[in-house]
Amino acid sequence: MKLSWRRRIAVPMCAALLLVAACSGTGDGDKVTLDYWLWDDRQIPQYQECADAFTAQSGVEVKITQYAWEDYWSNLNTQFAARRAPDVFTDHLAFYPSFVQNQVILPINEYVERDNVDLGQYYPGLAELWVGQDGKRYGLPKDWDTIAMAYNSTMLAAAGLSREDVWNATWNPSDGGTFEDIIARLSVDENGVRGNEPGFDATKVAVYGLSFDNPSNSASGQTSWGNFARSLGFELLADGNPWGTDYQFDDPRLAQTLDWFARMVKAGYLTPLADLQGVGYVSLFEAGDVALTINGSWAISSFTGISGAEVGFAPLPTGPQGRWSIYNGLADAISANTAHRDEAWQWVKYLASAECQNVVGEKAVVFPAIPASLKIGEQVREQAGLDVSAYTTYLESQHTFLYPVTVNFDQVTQAVGAAVDEILLGNRPAAEALTAAQKQVDSIMGR
Amino acid sequence: MSERWQRVRHHPGAVAALFLLPAGFGFVVFYLWPAIRALWMSFTDYNVLRGSGDWVGLQNYQDLAADPLFWHSMRVTALYVVLNIGVQTALALAMAVMMDRLTRSALVRGVLVLPWLIPQVVVGLLWLWMLDPRLGVVNHLLDWVGIGGQDFFGSPAQVIPTLAGVNTWRFVGYTALLIFAGLQMIPRHLYEAAALDGAGEWRTFWRVTLPLLRPVLALVLVLSVVGSFQVFDLVQVATGGIGGQPGGPANSSLVIYVYIFRHAFNFNNAGYAAAMSAVLAVLLAAVTFFIMRGLRGSRSDLA
Repeated sequence: MKLSWRRRIAVPMCAALLLVAACSGTGDGDKVTLDYWLWDDRQIPQYQECADAFTAQSGVEVKITQYAWEDYWSNLNTQFAARRAPDVFTDHLAFYPSFVQNQVILPINEYVERDNVDLGQYYPGLAELWVGQDGKRYGLPKDWDTIAMAYNSTMLAAAGLSREDVWNATWNPSDGGTFEDIIARLSVDENGVRGNEPGFDATKVAVYGLSFDNPSNSASGQTSWGNFARSLGFELLADGNPWGTDYQFDDPRLAQTLDWFARMVKAGYLTPLADLQGVGYVSLFEAGDVALTINGSWAISSFTGISGAEVGFAPLPTGPQGRWSIYNGLADAISANTAHRDEAWQWVKYLASAECQNVVGEKAVVFPAIPASLKIGEQVREQAGLDVSAYTTYLESQHTFLYPVTVNFDQVTQAVGAAVDEILLGNRPAAEALTAAQKQVDSIMGR
Repeated sequence: MSERWQRVRHHPGAVAALFLLPAGFGFVVFYLWPAIRALWMSFTDYNVLRGSGDWVGLQNYQDLAADPLFWHSMRVTALYVVLNIGVQTALALAMAVMMDRLTRSALVRGVLVLPWLIPQVVVGLLWLWMLDPRLGVVNHLLDWVGIGGQDFFGSPAQVIPTLAGVNTWRFVGYTALLIFAGLQMIPRHLYEAAALDGAGEWRTFWRVTLPLLRPVLALVLVLSVVGSFQVFDLVQVATGGIGGQPGGPANSSLVIYVYIFRHAFNFNNAGYAAAMSAVLAVLLAAVTFFIMRGLRGSRSDLA
C-alpha cells in the first residue's frame, strides 16, 4: 500500500520530468527488459518461475511489479495516460472493454495466426472472452475462477451439521431452503443461543452463519448475490454477454434475491454491511466470527493458510434453476505503447503455454486455463489433503455463466453498488432501489 | 561584465526578479500551466486513456448542474468541513492558549505534532483497523466501559463524523502550533495590564487574546478550510473497507475529490472531472475571500 502510493506520486513526476533518465523503466543497450504487472501477491512466485525460464530461453528479461487490486487499475490508467504503461499486464474482463475502446492495448490475432497458437487447448469459452466487438483478439487466457464457499469444519460439527448437508443445500428466496436453515444453525449469539433456537438475539451475534466480500465492488454480484439470482433464472444482460448493453437490474428475481439477503442481515445470520466496510470477511473468518463464507477460487489459499482452523469447501446451494457460478478468466494484454512488441508477444505466448501453465498448476494458487495443467494442480492439492472439487463441479455440470463484459462497467458498478448498500442497510426495499439504479444504468449505457 | 553587474546590483527590482525566477518558473510550470490546461479540458470530453478530447463547449457544466451525485458530494464535503473545522479549531485554540499560559516546553510541542508526521494513507489504514466494528480495538474499549460498539466507517450516519475525527486527530497539533506562534506575538505587557485591571483568565482570553489573534486565526482558518475541502486520501483508503469501493456505504462518504478522482481515473472522464474542479476552485476562492474579509484578516489591531 505504502509503496503503491509512492509510486502513484512518482507517476506524474516522471511524466513531468520525461527528460530525467532515472525515471526510465527499460534498460539501455541491446538487452530488452519487459515490464509485467499483476495484482495478486500470492501469484508472484509462479510467474517469477515462468519469467526465469522465459529469460533463459529468449534472453529477454522480465521485471514483475505487483499492486493491490484497489490501486492496480488507477495506477494502470495514469501510466496509460503518460504512455508509460507496462509492456504486458494482467487484464480483467471488467476493464478490458475500455482499453479496447481507447486503443491502448494491442490486438494479437495476427500473432496468434502467425505462430499457430492452439486456441482449443484451453477450457471452452475462455479464449473467446478476449475477442472484442471489432472481432480482434486482445489476450490469451491464463487462468479461470468460479465461486464456492469455505466453511469452518469445527463450527459445522458443533452445529450438528455434516459436510453433506452443506454440499446438498438448496435455496430459494421465499423461505431460503435448507441453506437458510444451515446459516441459522451456524449463527450463535453472545449467550450461546443458535439462530434456529428461540431467544436468539440478532443484535448481539458472536458468530455469523454467513459472510462475503463487500458487494459494492462489482455490479456483477460475483461473490454475493449474482450466483443466487442466476439460480432463479436471472440474466444480467438481456441482449447477450459479452458486449450487451441492456442490463436488467429491475428484474423482480434480482429484487427477491437481494430482499432475502437483507432479511438475513436483519435475522443476524449474515454479517451486516458495516462489518463488510471494515477489514473484511477473511479476517472475520480467521477471528472465528464467521462460520461460512462465499468466495472465489482465487482466495482458496487465504483460507487454507489460516492456522488453527480446519477449513472445507462446498459449492453454492442449488436454486430452483440449479446450482450456478459466475465464470471468469484472466488474460495477459500488451500495451499499445510498448517499444518491444515482438518480445511482449513472446512473453504473452509463453504465459499461456503449457510450460508456464504447468508451473501455475504446480503452485496451486489459481486454476490454470489448460486442463492438463489443472490436473497437475489437483495432484498437488490431493497430496496436501485439500479438496477443491467444489469449484470445479460447475464445469462438469456446465452450470457456469460469464462475467459481464460491457463498456462503462465501472459507472454501472457505482450506480448498482450504492443501491445494494441501501438494500443491505435495510433503508430501502430492493425493488425500489434497483428500479432507480436501472434508470441510471440505462442512461450510462446510452439507452 | 562587472560594470553591467554593478548596474543590476544597484537596481533593487532587477535583483528581486532574479531571486523570484526559480519560484516563478516553478509556479508557471507546475501551477499556472496545469491550471490553464485543466480549464481548457473542462470544455472538452478529454479522456485520459485516449490522451485527447474534442471541444464540447459548456456541456460538462450543464451535466454537472444536473448531476445529483455532484451536489450530493458537495453537501457531504461541506458537512465534513464544518465538523472538521469546528472541532479542530476550537481544540487547537484551547491547546495553544494552555501551552502559552502554562508551559513553553519544546517536548510538549513536539508530542503535539507527532500524528501530523504520519502519512495520511498510513493514518487511514491504521484507523480502519482500529475502528473495525467487530475486530477493532476501539470497540473493544467502548464495550468494556459499557457504551457498546459503534459502526464508525460502516455506518452512513457516522462515517463523516468519524473521518472528521480522524483528521482532527492528525492535524490538531499542527494547527495548535500555528496559533501558538500567533500568541507569542502578543506583547506580554498587555496581559500584565489586564491582570492589574483585575481581569481573570477567561476575560483576558476574550478581551485580549482573541482580538489580537484575529489575523492569525483568519490565516489558520483559510488554510484548514481549503485543506479540508481537499480531503481525498483518507477517504480513499479508510472507506469502503479493504477491496471495496471508496465513498461508501451508499455514497455517504463520497467527498468531492473522491468523486472527481473517480471520473478522471476510473471512468476516463477527465473533461467532466476538470469541470468539477473548476467549480470547486471558484467556490474555494469565494470562501477564502469571505473568511479574510469577515475576520479582517489582513489588518491587525496591534499597530
